[in-house]
Amino acid sequence: MADLAGLTAELLARFEALGAARIEAGILQPAETLLDLYGEDIRARAYVTQDPLRGEQMLRPDFTVPVVQMHMAESAEPARYTYAGPVFRRQEQDADRANEYPQVGYEVFDRGAPELVEAEIFAAFYQALEGLPVTPVMGDIAILAAAVDGLETIPARKAALKRHMWRPARFRDLLDRYTAAPQARDEVEGGPEIGLRTAAEVESRAARLRAEAAVPPLPEAAADRLEAVLDVSGPARDALAALKGLMADLPGIALDVARLEARIEAMAVAGVDVDQVQFEGSYGRTSMEYYDGFVFGFQADGVDQPVATGGRYDALTQALGAGRDVPAVGGVLRPDLMLALMEAGR
Amino acid sequence: MIKLGVPSKGRLMSDTFDWFGQRGITLSKGGSVREYLGRVEGIDGLEMVMLSAGEIPRELSAGRIHLGVTGTDLVREKLAAWDQQVDVVAEMGFGHADLILAVPAFWTDVVTPHDLDEVAAEFRARHGFRMRIATKYHRLVRQFLAERGVADYQLVDSQGATEGTIKNETAEVVADITSTGETLRANHLRVLEDALILASQATVFRSKSAPMGAGDQAVMDEVLTRLA
Repeated sequence: MADLAGLTAELLARFEALGAARIEAGILQPAETLLDLYGEDIRARAYVTQDPLRGEQMLRPDFTVPVVQMHMAESAEPARYTYAGPVFRRQEQDADRANEYPQVGYEVFDRGAPELVEAEIFAAFYQALEGLPVTPVMGDIAILAAAVDGLETIPARKAALKRHMWRPARFRDLLDRYTAAPQARDEVEGGPEIGLRTAAEVESRAARLRAEAAVPPLPEAAADRLEAVLDVSGPARDALAALKGLMADLPGIALDVARLEARIEAMAVAGVDVDQVQFEGSYGRTSMEYYDGFVFGFQADGVDQPVATGGRYDALTQALGAGRDVPAVGGVLRPDLMLALMEAGR
Repeated sequence: MIKLGVPSKGRLMSDTFDWFGQRGITLSKGGSVREYLGRVEGIDGLEMVMLSAGEIPRELSAGRIHLGVTGTDLVREKLAAWDQQVDVVAEMGFGHADLILAVPAFWTDVVTPHDLDEVAAEFRARHGFRMRIATKYHRLVRQFLAERGVADYQLVDSQGATEGTIKNETAEVVADITSTGETLRANHLRVLEDALILASQATVFRSKSAPMGAGDQAVMDEVLTRLA
């Protein structure tokens, strides 16, 4: 199995042995769905092309969306899927980065105990990479979300912070605004009503801004506690202890910290050496939008892209499912990077 | 031969001719005014190629011209990793234009990109689609909005009369070049504060990839000395 085809077949067989059905997905995907999910930024990372009848198409930047759509159409649960094939990423900055590379994936839609499903999937990737010089890393966006929910402020501000959890600079900018004393807004001259956004919409937001000017600023200490959650870093059990220490000031995170503990224990039961697993409070925040809970990656020294990544993405299935929510956990491996690591180890 | 790409018409062309003239390099159109063959006097080994300003970035990138005069906005919009493809030789001090974001003036609740982001979220929830920003500067606008953390918008292409798109209800916001702001005001638009995407001006760029033949280096050195 020293070649890509052999390794890919072996990985697919491994996931099939875990009960996954082998599926295929088209290379061309409708751009609209991906744009609505990921926003306009995806254009900088994916190849967009034009079809005169079907409109804008994208060379798939990942398999997640087509796999979720396929699952939603079939709808039997629990369901497990595995797939393999190339994905395409447009490179605007660095011509040395690959713009086409293979992925092998494993996705599970299961309403069973979330921690057990997550631990099982993590263990499957852990075992697939056994013997390779990789560091497993995990994080949990749900803990940050729970910490935001626990803030003593108005719902609109919590919603704004949660909307930008994946954009650290903007998240920090919002925190700075909410902790500062309310600033007088610049008065600007009006004009005639034009365009789709109505004068009523403008007035309703203006009224909200006037009301918000009376909202007391968030204490600095509250913002610091959010940062403290993001700064937690270390071997999984040490990080867990650190998060428990933060619970005194952040009682809202208790449920998600308990889930983390249950997940770590379930990972240990599944054969993972959890002392070797790093927990990073901010893991997955910049690159993994739509992972909204448990996230993981396997990093190799001197390789800037992870050898495997994955996590829970219930928010994505909700967005695609028009209100239906289907719990989903999954991840992808990079067989090309695995091969390079095997060859380097020889 | 060192090839110099120069905009083929209008104010940008005549200002470029004047600017080079002040530095001892006389550029002129050959023969009739309709002819796109340039004449260069005052220096040997330099050839002028007249091109559309919009094509000059591409020609520099491909290495088909050694030097080119065009706006900073066009180079940064059209060339990915532009600073790996061209060097700035000289900013010429004319052709100033700012790439800005503008909203309807009656949006009195929207003053900064922060407001724009909040409104984008509200707009999407209410209207069921992402707020549309009309522009021809897709790369620059996308990069700027990503840096500012503005989400839930979409770019719609507009190659001209961009200021009219809001009234026509094909966009809610515009991102366009302005020098005096008059067109914006006439269309009841207001420039967002803290949202200067790029301050552009006419600039001499040098291609990093154009091949240099025998004797070219001496000519290039002489040109660069005069332009410095």
